[in-house]
Amino acid sequence: MQDLTDTEIEERRTRIGQAFVAALPHATALGMELTEIGSGRAVVSMNYDPRFVGDPDSGVIHGGAVSALMDTCAGAAVMAHPNGPQGTATLDLRIDYMRPATPGQRITATADCYHVTRSVAFVRAVATDLDTDRPVAAATGAFTIEMPA
Amino acid sequence: MKRPEPVQVIKQRRDAALQGLVTRIPYIQFLGIQFDRRGDELTAILPFADHLIGNPMLPALHGGATAAFLEVAAIIELSWTALWEKMEGGAGEKPSLLMPKTIDFSVDYLRTGLPRDAYARARVNRSGRRYASVHVEAWQDNRARPFAQATGHFLIPTPA
Repeated sequence: MQDLTDTEIEERRTRIGQAFVAALPHATALGMELTEIGSGRAVVSMNYDPRFVGDPDSGVIHGGAVSALMDTCAGAAVMAHPNGPQGTATLDLRIDYMRPATPGQRITATADCYHVTRSVAFVRAVATDLDTDRPVAAATGAFTIEMPA
Repeated sequence: MKRPEPVQVIKQRRDAALQGLVTRIPYIQFLGIQFDRRGDELTAILPFADHLIGNPMLPALHGGATAAFLEVAAIIELSWTALWEKMEGGAGEKPSLLMPKTIDFSVDYLRTGLPRDAYARARVNRSGRRYASVHVEAWQDNRARPFAQATGHFLIPTPA
């Protein structure tokens, strides 16, 4: 497994970033935006939308929408890893919901792909609303790694 | 002796209770999830739609859409179980529609989600006064080949 050159990595990241916006219909449907991509790291955010509400009494976003955000962000972090995987799929994802996201506020997820083997990537992610000191949710996941043949 | 209620009246009441629970939640409508009821048993149905795709090359369902489907199925099962007991207990008290809060949710992806309808059934493994543990399994064409499963812990809502 040979690491890519800096230029190749940069090209890859840009490509992933563009592909990400255009190619994931579900992420697009939820209005997700990739705001940052680095070495094994990604930041994806999503605006508050009344259609995503899970608790009509409080107006809090459904956990499922936060899961989708975390999953997308974690997948992007895997794709941005310097080892240059060709593809990835979620093996498992666990989410802890620490507090309800404040209704009306944008939610931002940051994922860190902190270890990869030939076939598996390990990722941590955290989601916050505008109060960035108090996380809304945290996630840990394992993802498949598909390397170029 | 009191005559039993006509079956249509019972069915109508149960279906109305279920619809009342489901239609209040915007995100369930957004994903297009429906529920099929047989007695007290629920099956969640996620009709395939293009906006659920995560990988257009395969194409495959988005892991996040799958996770959301499982979480919706688990929460509705939990609320429905509580609602059913109150409704069928005949106490006449107005059942609470307060939503359980997810504490944690752990999804296990077993196979690629195909661009087809998906189904899910949840089982409340333990439900105490404050906490509940729910397991949920989702499949597509073949019930014996689930494509995802999940376990979650929930906080039972207590009226203020």
